[in-house]
Amino acid sequence: MNTQTNRPIEVNQDLVGRTYMPTETYAVTALKIAEFAAATGSDHPAHTSEQAARALGYSGVVAPPTFAVIPAQRAEFHYVNAPESGIDFSRVVHAEESFEYSRPIVAGDILSTTLTVEKIAVRAQIATVSTRADIEDVNGEHVCTVRSTLAVRGEGK
Amino acid sequence: MTKFERGQELFEVTVDVTRDTLVRYAGASGDFNPIHYNDSFATSVGLPGVIAHGMATMGLAAGQLVAWLGDPGAVVGYKTRFARPVEVPALEATQLTIRGRVGAPRDESGVMRVDIDVLHEGQKVLLRTQASVRVAK
Repeated sequence: MNTQTNRPIEVNQDLVGRTYMPTETYAVTALKIAEFAAATGSDHPAHTSEQAARALGYSGVVAPPTFAVIPAQRAEFHYVNAPESGIDFSRVVHAEESFEYSRPIVAGDILSTTLTVEKIAVRAQIATVSTRADIEDVNGEHVCTVRSTLAVRGEGK
Repeated sequence: MTKFERGQELFEVTVDVTRDTLVRYAGASGDFNPIHYNDSFATSVGLPGVIAHGMATMGLAAGQLVAWLGDPGAVVGYKTRFARPVEVPALEATQLTIRGRVGAPRDESGVMRVDIDVLHEGQKVLLRTQASVRVAK
């Protein structure tokens, strides 16, 4: 780990308001939905059976409510791991998370995520970094907004 | 039509969390921070030991919400604060108790708020966990 970035004071506050445009698209597969559902103890048939999903009115198997964290965190990592962020990921703990859906994520979706750095607060030995990931489908329609707050702990904390 | 009233208990489930849970969650989510599987690394950054991903805990709570609700696509909002780490021992399972109750009855748009408690060793590990769910009229 880079010792230059161990102190939260190194977190770059100039990046508040910065928007990172999508660098990739994320293709949602039935297999990934099934894997994520199993990993979060959700055995609802709509995660694995297209027939069960269609019976509920969906075009493909339906993702669990926190699935949007996958494309959101991919976009967050792009920011957090950038040298300009000044964030040492090994000293990061998760403080808050929220999801607001316009519609559920289903297999076959192709998603693009735009990340905005909303707020950075530096207190004594902790910096908190709040981001917003806006996730859209191929038609440019909003699917989900994911807000995340990370706490970056200083040395000895 | 089901009548829901504020404070009404909806579900209570106890689930096991093991290192297997964390490894599966890491693979499924793409979050490979070693504090979630490597004891030496976790203690070297000042943690008591390997801890669960906060998002694994939030996801496990969502799984129980969906089981009660019956439609994973009916969850339109979901938020939490991560209050305490969940330490997961190397070999044995540890338990999370997940409880849901009505936070606010169904509004005009058909959305109800469910408040969720997640407890580990008798203490809340998530705070202000609220889900907005569409329920039948």
